[in-house]
Amino acid sequence: MSPRPGFVLEVDRSTPPTLFWHGEGFRFEQLPEGSRVVYPPESLDGLADPDAAIRHALEHPVGDSAPLSALLKPEMRLTIAFDDVSLPLPPMRRPDMRQRVVEAVLDAAAAAGVDDVVLIAALALHRRMTDNELRHALGDRVFDAFAPHGLLLQHDAEDPAALVHLGLTEQGEDVEINRRAAESDLLVYVNINLSAMDGGHKSVATGLASYRSLKHHHNVRTLQHSRSLMDRHHSEMHSSNWRMGRLIKNAGVKIFQIESTLNLDMFPSQFSFLQKREWEWSLADRAGFHSTRLALDHTPPRLARQIFQSMLSPYAPTSVQAGEVEAVHDLTLENLHRQQLVAVEGQTDILTMGLPYLSPYNVNSIMNPILVACLGLGYFFNLYRGRPLVREGGVCIISHPTPWAFNPVHHPSYIDFFEQVLADTTDMFEIEKRYEQQFATDPWYIHLYRTSYAYHGVHPLYMWYWCAHALDYLGGVIIVGGDRAAVRRMGFKPASTLADALEMAEDIVGRGPSITHLHAPPLLVADVS
Amino acid sequence: MSVRLPRIVDEVVSRPTWPGTLPRPMEPRNIGVDYDTAWTRKPWARALRRVLVDNVTRPFVAVVATPQVFGREHLDPLEGPVIFAANHSSHLDTSIVVACLPERFRRRTVVAAAADYFFDRPWKAALWSLALGTIPMERNKVSRKGADLAASLLTERWNVVIFPEGGRTRDGWGQEFRGGAAYLAKRCDVPVVPVHLRGVRPVFPRGSSTLRRGKVEVRFGDPLRPGQKVASGKEEDARHFAGRIEGAVALLADEAESDWWSARRRAAAGETPAFRGPDASAWRRAWALPASARRTRSVRSKSSAKPW
Repeated sequence: MSPRPGFVLEVDRSTPPTLFWHGEGFRFEQLPEGSRVVYPPESLDGLADPDAAIRHALEHPVGDSAPLSALLKPEMRLTIAFDDVSLPLPPMRRPDMRQRVVEAVLDAAAAAGVDDVVLIAALALHRRMTDNELRHALGDRVFDAFAPHGLLLQHDAEDPAALVHLGLTEQGEDVEINRRAAESDLLVYVNINLSAMDGGHKSVATGLASYRSLKHHHNVRTLQHSRSLMDRHHSEMHSSNWRMGRLIKNAGVKIFQIESTLNLDMFPSQFSFLQKREWEWSLADRAGFHSTRLALDHTPPRLARQIFQSMLSPYAPTSVQAGEVEAVHDLTLENLHRQQLVAVEGQTDILTMGLPYLSPYNVNSIMNPILVACLGLGYFFNLYRGRPLVREGGVCIISHPTPWAFNPVHHPSYIDFFEQVLADTTDMFEIEKRYEQQFATDPWYIHLYRTSYAYHGVHPLYMWYWCAHALDYLGGVIIVGGDRAAVRRMGFKPASTLADALEMAEDIVGRGPSITHLHAPPLLVADVS
Repeated sequence: MSVRLPRIVDEVVSRPTWPGTLPRPMEPRNIGVDYDTAWTRKPWARALRRVLVDNVTRPFVAVVATPQVFGREHLDPLEGPVIFAANHSSHLDTSIVVACLPERFRRRTVVAAAADYFFDRPWKAALWSLALGTIPMERNKVSRKGADLAASLLTERWNVVIFPEGGRTRDGWGQEFRGGAAYLAKRCDVPVVPVHLRGVRPVFPRGSSTLRRGKVEVRFGDPLRPGQKVASGKEEDARHFAGRIEGAVALLADEAESDWWSARRRAAAGETPAFRGPDASAWRRAWALPASARRTRSVRSKSSAKPW
């Protein structure tokens, strides 16, 4: 049977309770009759032979690009940049798609006799990857061939010697990217496109950029006008990246973009119930779910986090395309939408969502309150095309434990931002004006970013800005089951139960509101008419 | 004393219900409103049901609910088929009505039961249709299937018990009578006997899994015939007739709480207490409930309810 498309369920009295993600756990909620639940499409079948598909894509590029083998010359400088640990989510089982693609590119480079090859993890302002994470993403063969010789690098956005300023866009935006990438004869970018937000010119213009460049699109005004981040044609952030990307191209940087899309097979078989519709759960699914829930009820949070963080996805690639950046990205979007798009009619007064244990910025780490806000209001809220799922002035109800907990190694500046800045103000423009420079240039944060495994000092502010569109648009945000002090610190309202949250929301949107639940993950993009 | 499975076992074993708003992508099925009950009206099944009703259902009802029956004389002139329209507050209502019907009706009566509850599993469908003669009736969406079956049975001179509220009361007060019974009566031109059950809710309320003994009163009212002329001179429609049936049950409810004469006088003055209770907030409605309709114990809270 071919995979079924996503759809919108109208809840009635026979509808079983709906599964809500709740951090490292789940909630089972009976939504009021008449509510809607947006279910993602079923997972598409993966490519039968991914390696053959990759080789085909490299030799049959799209857009204005020659085949990879024709671009490779023995004496050239070749740089291969790849997405960092933030993709895909959860991390995929070996072989990771990056490993498959990088190996294919290196096979071609070896055949062409290219000696000067460097691999760069495109971190932007993210934390550095550990050796284990690099090994997982690239595979043992690649890691062992490059890392011992210092040829497996991680982008350093704070090393002036490793950056080059390529100029200003027509809107005065600085374009400063990794020097090695910019000065190579060919830059191959290996992308995993989990969502429509990833890829295109954003790969190089963001992934290999410095703070000086990033601040032009990672700011409150731009993110407030990115409607949505999943729709590049209506995203100010993407427009900025596209301007920068074209400037990079005009500056003579030759980019060969390789983008791949994954299906929605996100969870291993013991968690297969997470990808099924509740009324179709088999006996095994019910046994799996209830035993998991029972076990999690008696598991210390730290251990539960470790269990979930160790989960690897059996993702399968659904497409690979290579060649000129924009042509490649257009194809990628088509393939992504084929898997993720769900038609939804009309907006809703209240949008509910259950957030999982994982966001792009806490892989092998703790999901702190700022990342909860970012995932809910920055990512999930933006999972739309056309209009937001919720109406302007509506309410977003998020289910997540939102613990007042931080990983001091990965998120040192987050702690200070949460403890000091948010205690003072939650107003983004105020924060941008008064605090951004301080966090961006703090020498201790920069030191930790460059030498430890810390996110850049300014990163928590960016995550806060990520909520700009949602907070500008919504009438209220309620977090169910969260740490009350942490929730209040961010200016949101805490609620003990979904029923309480719905009652509270009625104070904002009025009596008898319409309710829509976003049943994700697995990921979906609502095409709201 | 009741035996309950450990909750987690129950949660795993119980299959989730299917949303009523979704079509089931299944081959021809014999479940829900599609369940074929014809076999339960065959002579051997009727004989078996007779044994079950006489030796299990009636003694059980007598012990648990000790029913007192009033107004049975209203049934004497009737020959059938008849529609019995009763208020609904408990799953026990079906057994009580069947147990209290005069034998000539009881032997040839089917009960319209919720297809999504009594017919959602093959074993449940078989059990209830054999034991009480239930037939599936869709209550969540418009479907002619249940109505067509009931109509064909009426024409075959079967009596039909219907609970026009479409489900058990949530707060003890009556709910609006839907048009199903009225529509069937008009379509088949059969009388409707209003029936009022008093005191069943304390015995086995909605949401409870255990029984508590109590005393129940069953009142049969004057049969109502469809086709009354309305103010415009036209024949009443099903909606209007449903209102009349609801009014007749409300009169019986008033009679149960006071006496026949007082209830009649209030009815004549148009002062019969509202069947659906006062139009007020939830707690005031609960406050105003007569003692016979109050739930006398707590039921499982929502948080501990099983997920399906």
